[in-house]
Amino acid sequence: MNPTDRTLEPSVKEAPAHAAPTTAPSARWREERVTKDAPTPVLECVDVDVRYGGFVAVRDVSLPFGHNEITALIGPSGCGKSTILRSLNRMNDLVDGARVDGKVQYWGQDIYGPGVDPIEVRRRIGMVFQKPNPFPKSIYDNVAYGPRVTGMDVDSMDDLVEQTLRRAALWDEVKDKLKQSAYGLSGGQQQRLCIARTIAVEPDVILMDEPCSALDPIATLRIEELMVELRDRYTIVIVTHNMQQAARIADRTAFFTADVDETSGDRTGVLVEFDLTSKIFENPSDSRTEDYITGRFG
Amino acid sequence: MTTTTTTTTTPHQRLATDGRSRERNPRSVIFLVALWLSLFIALLTLLTLIVSTFIDGAGRLDSRLFTEFPSSRPQQAGARPAILGSLWVIGTTAVLAIPLGIAAAVHLEEFADRHSRFNRFVEVNIQNLAAIPSIIYGMLAVGFLGLLGVANKNIVIGGAVALALLILPVVIISTREALRAVPRELRQGSLALGATGLQTTWRITLPAAIPGISTGTILALSRALGEAAPLLLLGALVFVSFDPNGLLSGFTTMPIQIFGWTNNPQAEFRELAAAASLLLVGILLAMNALAIVIRNRYQRRW
Amino acid sequence: MTTLRTTPAGAATTPPLPGAPSLTGRPRPLETVVRWILRAAAALSVVITIGIVISLLGPALAFFREVPVLDFLTGTRWAPQFADKSFGVLPLVTATAWTTFIALLVAVPFGLGAAIYLAEYARPGVRRTLKPILELLAGVPTVVFGFFALSFVAPVLLRGLLGIQVGTFSILAAGLVMGFMIIPTIASLSEDAMTAVPQALRQGSAALGANRMQTTLRVVLPAALSGIVAAVVLGISRAIGETMIVAIAAGARPQMVTDPTMEGATMTGFIARMALGDSRIGSLQYNTLFAVGLLLFVLTLAVNLVAIQLVRRFRQEY
Repeated sequence: MNPTDRTLEPSVKEAPAHAAPTTAPSARWREERVTKDAPTPVLECVDVDVRYGGFVAVRDVSLPFGHNEITALIGPSGCGKSTILRSLNRMNDLVDGARVDGKVQYWGQDIYGPGVDPIEVRRRIGMVFQKPNPFPKSIYDNVAYGPRVTGMDVDSMDDLVEQTLRRAALWDEVKDKLKQSAYGLSGGQQQRLCIARTIAVEPDVILMDEPCSALDPIATLRIEELMVELRDRYTIVIVTHNMQQAARIADRTAFFTADVDETSGDRTGVLVEFDLTSKIFENPSDSRTEDYITGRFG
Repeated sequence: MTTTTTTTTTPHQRLATDGRSRERNPRSVIFLVALWLSLFIALLTLLTLIVSTFIDGAGRLDSRLFTEFPSSRPQQAGARPAILGSLWVIGTTAVLAIPLGIAAAVHLEEFADRHSRFNRFVEVNIQNLAAIPSIIYGMLAVGFLGLLGVANKNIVIGGAVALALLILPVVIISTREALRAVPRELRQGSLALGATGLQTTWRITLPAAIPGISTGTILALSRALGEAAPLLLLGALVFVSFDPNGLLSGFTTMPIQIFGWTNNPQAEFRELAAAASLLLVGILLAMNALAIVIRNRYQRRW
Repeated sequence: MTTLRTTPAGAATTPPLPGAPSLTGRPRPLETVVRWILRAAAALSVVITIGIVISLLGPALAFFREVPVLDFLTGTRWAPQFADKSFGVLPLVTATAWTTFIALLVAVPFGLGAAIYLAEYARPGVRRTLKPILELLAGVPTVVFGFFALSFVAPVLLRGLLGIQVGTFSILAAGLVMGFMIIPTIASLSEDAMTAVPQALRQGSAALGANRMQTTLRVVLPAALSGIVAAVVLGISRAIGETMIVAIAAGARPQMVTDPTMEGATMTGFIARMALGDSRIGSLQYNTLFAVGLLLFVLTLAVNLVAIQLVRRFRQEY
């Protein structure tokens, strides 16, 4: 599968969830949609360690992220799931003293390899943050920002903004106030605007760092619906504290935990188990996963 | 606290009165009055200064001050060249100091490696420069112009260089603070879309920091406008009987003119000094008030 | 879990998949050029410092070739313009010390008192109104403060209201006005230091039954001490370097100051007065300016470095 093919061919197979977007996605369609086979990785961690200064935050993570799938990273606080997420588009470069060892393969090329420009990486692997962070600009300018700075060849910016907002299921709510400040929107709308802003630059992969943790349940539900719709065009990786959220929307789930060093007390994140979401939640193979899922720990 | 059980009042009431009496014992009251007085003295000084200058100079605050050239006859003297000179010098100072200061602040706050020894040295150096006596900057300007072989140092560009160097650290420090107040999430949001560091600074961080930068810059320029000491060293205390008309033109400024009139023992010149002081204080207080209004009104609470 | 891993670790060496998007960066010449300009602007501050040192040191060294350093630093007679020349800088130093001392005597208690009121007592609304007004005091140009000392403080306040016998020019009037000028500096920085003290410390003290005054004096002030000291030290630096007030109101006669009602020439006052005269570049008189300037620079540098260290320590604490 080739990314240019996909963009040329935007009409995608209709997933059941897409046909009935208002109903909460159930486990059934997921089983229909995702085969038990290994995912075709768009993005893959191979033996990744992340260090901050001398301290190892996450150790030895190998994880494939399947094409047009939603992969959830779950685990207790301090297990390194956000750290791994930030290493997937080199946002960790912005942290003083952060170092990534191992490889993060994107379409087969290491994004930490020589000659790779982190700016290009981030253009193709977008990120949505924990707290909605729209720019202090108009709604229109928020969406147009990415295409403008990356020098995208755009025929009509108005059309692009409209298309993008429609895809982010925000158009109907904001079409009459495109020139107004994004700060006038509700928290949930702001977060959907941030998602719109991200997909405006046509990335392959969208990373989401607990995108609903600052939102109320109704706004959360709308974002979840949106993610399920977007899955047809994008590969999504989401970090979440909310296990139900992972169970509702993710095709596959990776469970992380923290190993505590007996002598120093340092916590190092490790990947415990990665599998189909149904397997993780119904029949985990590791007892630590089971303890976490059933609430005995974390 | 244990006494509450022995009284008939409920513990709640007892605690309440206890708290009030503790705040109202004589020592606390004296302390509070002393604090009040401290603040009052500062405000009273400002008020007295304005009123006493007004009494001394209001009679001479007329059109002659704006239209006439300095003269040995106080009735005919005015501050026209000084007012124009101040405008020339401050305009040039702003052009020199603001872009340089913002550029330096952007580098230090957005791009420089905080852990490098050189950058830490630069930081301490800027803090120190901000606290160096202003008259030293006059000596620097004299040395600099001497190096260029300029014989007549009392020219607009010379004064502007001295004042620009003087306020540069202030502009840098306040711009850095304004940039620091912009949340990291905004920068990350921009970078995560594939914007470069410079695009992020130019399109997101700087626009968001504009209110803070304007506040700091206006305050810095008002300081330059009221400053006289460095210009004394350039020889700005001269009898200027022409309108300054360029960067190489001779000049005097309002603070220098006031200093000159203050030095004159004739009472009429003192009156002129007071009138010019009123004008200068009015302009500077307006600039300060503007800076404070911008800070309070437009600075977003993130 | 490992069954799902499709690419073995060794696959890292395989070439990109066919049609994979390029991650190689475009060259961005503008970005590089602008970054260098920014870097140069930041480095300019170092050039300024070097420039200051060079422009002071050159003439000052020429001065010290004619006047021994020890005579300069320990001499008690300052008469650079008389036929019977003498270059003992102590009269200037004592005048500076006196004006600075008097200024602190005014600014420290009043500045600190205002800061305590604003940080610990004032309601937010009151604080929002009073603090800007206090800051306006810092916006008054020093030449106007000097005029105020000459036209009001010396004749009306000191001679008239307080009955202190001072002449037109006096160390006392200049020092007092300088103190008023520094109040906002000390108040503003100390207030910042006090508001930075965590609320938990105040609550802890209140929970032990201390009233607000006790909490302020025993908990907040000690916790904010390094910040407050830094504010005072910066106030000292400003007082030492202040020029126009002393040039206008302290007088011009260089003498050992033993009584603040005397007139005297401070270091900055001397430089300002001397700059008015016509001293030929390279002459001993001209070089004298820079020798005094160098001493002033070294003194304020030492004071500033102390303040910067204190501020840094305070920032680390909270």
